[in-house]
Amino acid sequence: MNEVAITAQNLRKTYRRGSEEICAVNDISLDIEKGEYVSFIGPSGSGKTTLINILGCLDNPSSGKLSVARKTVFGNGKPLSEKELTVIRRELFGYIFQKFYLIPTLTVLENVLLPRTFYKKPSANENVSELLNMLGIEKRKHHLPGQLSGGEMQRVAVARALINKPEILLADEPTGNLDSARSQEIGKLLNELNQKESLTVILVTHNPELAKTADRIIELRDGKIFS
Amino acid sequence: MISLYKVSYKNLLRKKTRSILTIIGIALSAWVLASLMGFNQGYEAALNRDIDNMGFQVTLMAKGCPYEAATLMLKGGTGLRYLKQSVADSVLSEEEVEKITPMLMQAVFDPNKGESGGMSAYLGVDPATFPSMKTFLEFKQGKWFTDSKAFEAVMGYEAAELEQREVGDKLLIPEKDIELTVVGVLKRTGTQDDGTIFLPISAVQKIFGKEGEITSVGIKVKKEANIAKFEERLYNIPDVQVVSLAQVKQTIMNLVSTAKVMVFSIAVIAILIAMVGVINTILMSVFERFQEIGILKSIGAMPADIFKLIWMETLILCFFGGVTGSAMAFGLSKLTEVLIRKLLPYAPTGSLVQLDAKLVITTLIAVLIIGLVSGIYPAWRAASVRPLESIRSEAN
Ligand SMILES: Nc1ncnc2c1ncn2[C@@H]1O[C@H](COP(=O)(O)OP(=O)(O)O)[C@@H](O)[C@H]1O
Ligand SMILES: [Mg+2]
Repeated sequence: MNEVAITAQNLRKTYRRGSEEICAVNDISLDIEKGEYVSFIGPSGSGKTTLINILGCLDNPSSGKLSVARKTVFGNGKPLSEKELTVIRRELFGYIFQKFYLIPTLTVLENVLLPRTFYKKPSANENVSELLNMLGIEKRKHHLPGQLSGGEMQRVAVARALINKPEILLADEPTGNLDSARSQEIGKLLNELNQKESLTVILVTHNPELAKTADRIIELRDGKIFS
Repeated sequence: MISLYKVSYKNLLRKKTRSILTIIGIALSAWVLASLMGFNQGYEAALNRDIDNMGFQVTLMAKGCPYEAATLMLKGGTGLRYLKQSVADSVLSEEEVEKITPMLMQAVFDPNKGESGGMSAYLGVDPATFPSMKTFLEFKQGKWFTDSKAFEAVMGYEAAELEQREVGDKLLIPEKDIELTVVGVLKRTGTQDDGTIFLPISAVQKIFGKEGEITSVGIKVKKEANIAKFEERLYNIPDVQVVSLAQVKQTIMNLVSTAKVMVFSIAVIAILIAMVGVINTILMSVFERFQEIGILKSIGAMPADIFKLIWMETLILCFFGGVTGSAMAFGLSKLTEVLIRKLLPYAPTGSLVQLDAKLVITTLIAVLIIGLVSGIYPAWRAASVRPLESIRSEAN
C-alpha cells in the first residue's frame, strides 16, 4: 500500500508585490502516499494555503513538477488552462474550506448533490443517504443552511466534497470557524474517513490538537518545510 | 439530482424585490412592444374596415359639383351639376366594379328650420342598391322604404332630432308642398349621413323635376381589383370628377407613419432601459456571488456551466417579464387604445390594437432574445471567475 498519490518536486510559487518578489512556496519537494493523512501546520503567511492550492490543482506553480495519481499535472513548462484544471480536479479532489460556501437557497440535500449537476463520476456512490447518515446530517437534509449550526454546515460541505468520491480530500483550515469541541469532531471525522474509506486527506490547520489526528505532520515556515 | 435551472431560479428568489423590479421593467417593455405590434397590424385593418363601411370606395360626380353636404349647404343649395343616369350604367359594365348606386342630392331652404331657417339636404337613393351597400347603417326606429317609388323618408339621426320627427310623422318639403311619411330614423353614425334626409331616388327626381338625372354614383370596387388602374379610366370620362377613398387612405397612412416612427422610438427606448436593468441586476448578483461561483468551479463546474447558469437567470427573468408584459398588453388594451388615439392624427373607429397568439409568441421570442443578449456579458464575467479568487479572499 505504498502507492503515491501526489509527488511534488521543487515547487515554487512567487508573487510580485510592487518591486518586491515574495516566494510563498520556496522549493518544496514531497510525496504523499495513497491513503495517507497529512497535516500542514505553520504560522500565518507561511505558505500553507499557497502550497495546498498547488497540490490540489487549484493553482499553477511558478516552477517545479507535480504529478497526481501518477499523471504529470505541472512540469511540462506550460501552465494548464482553467478547463484542464477543472477536468483534473473533479476527477480526483474534494475540497473543504474555512468558510463553508453552501448555497443558502438550496437545501442540505441539494447542496450535497450540486457537484453532480456539473459532473457525475461513474464510480461515485449512488447512496446519498448513507453518506448523510455517516456525517450525521441525514435528518437535516431538507433544511436550508441557515437553519444549521456551524458544525453541521461544515459536515454538509464535507458531504458535498465527498459526493463524487474523490481520491484526495483537501481541507484548508476547516475548523477555523468552529469552537474546539466541533473542531475535534471534524478531526475525528477526517480520521474516520481516512481509516474506513482509505481516503487520502491533506489538512491545513494552525490548531496543533487537530494536526495530531494526522499520520504525518509537516511544518512550514517562510515557504519551506521546517520539519 | 438538481438541475441548473433549479439552482438559477432559486438564486433569483434570494433577492425577491430586485428580481421582481427587473421583471416589471421587462414586462413594461414587452407590453409596449406587444401593443405596438398589435397597433401596427390593427390600425390598417381598422382603417380598411372604416373605408369598407362607407359602402363605396369611389364616388363619381359631375365636375364642379360640391360633393360634401356641408359645402352644398354653404352654397345655399345651389351649384349642383348633374350627370345622366346612363353614366351609372356604363360604369357598371367596368370589370373592376362590384356594385354601384346612383344618388341625387337636392337642398332646399327651410324657413321653419331652427331659429332663422336653414338648409335641408335630401338625398335620393336607390332602394334596391343603396341599403345593401351601406349595410352598417342601423335604424333607431322603422326601416327602409316600403316601395321604390313611395313618397317616404328615412331621416338621419340629427335631421330627425332637429325636425323632431318620429316614424309615422309627416314631413313637408318647403316650396314643393309635398308631404312625405317618415318610415325610419337612423342611429348616429358620426358622418354626414346624420344630417341627411333619404328619399327614394325616383321620388326626388319627380319632386324636383330632375327625371333621368343624378348628382353622383357610389362605386364599390371588387376586393382584388386594381383601384389605381380603374380610377385612371374613370378620369377619362368627360365632365366627371372622381373622389377616391383610396387616396384618402393613402394620405392618412402617410400621416400615421410619422406617428408610428415616434411610437417605435418609444419602444426601442423601453427595450434599451429594460436591457440595462437586466444587465445591472444580473451583474450585481454575479459580483455578490463571486465566492460562491468560485466554489461551484472548485466542485467541478466548467466555465461553460457557469455561463449557462447565469444565462439561465437572465432568461428566467425575461421569460416571466415577457409573459407578464403580454398579459398586460391583453388586459390593458383598452388603455393602450386611449393612449394611442391621443397620438394619432386620425383614428378610425373600432379596435386599433389587434392582439393575437402569434403576436404574443413574437413578443416572447423578442424578449428572450433581449435576455440572451443582455446575459452575455454578466455570464462571461461569471464564467471567468477563478476558484482561487474565492478561496484566497478567506485565506488571511
Ligand atoms: N495572490 C497573492 N498575491 C500576493 N501575495 C500573496 C498572494 N497569495 C498569498 N500571498 C502571500 O504569500 C504568502 C503565503 O500566504 P498563504 O499561502 O496564504 O499563507 P498561509 O495560508 O500559511 O497563511 C503570504 O506572505 C501572502 O501574503
Ligand atoms: Mg491559509
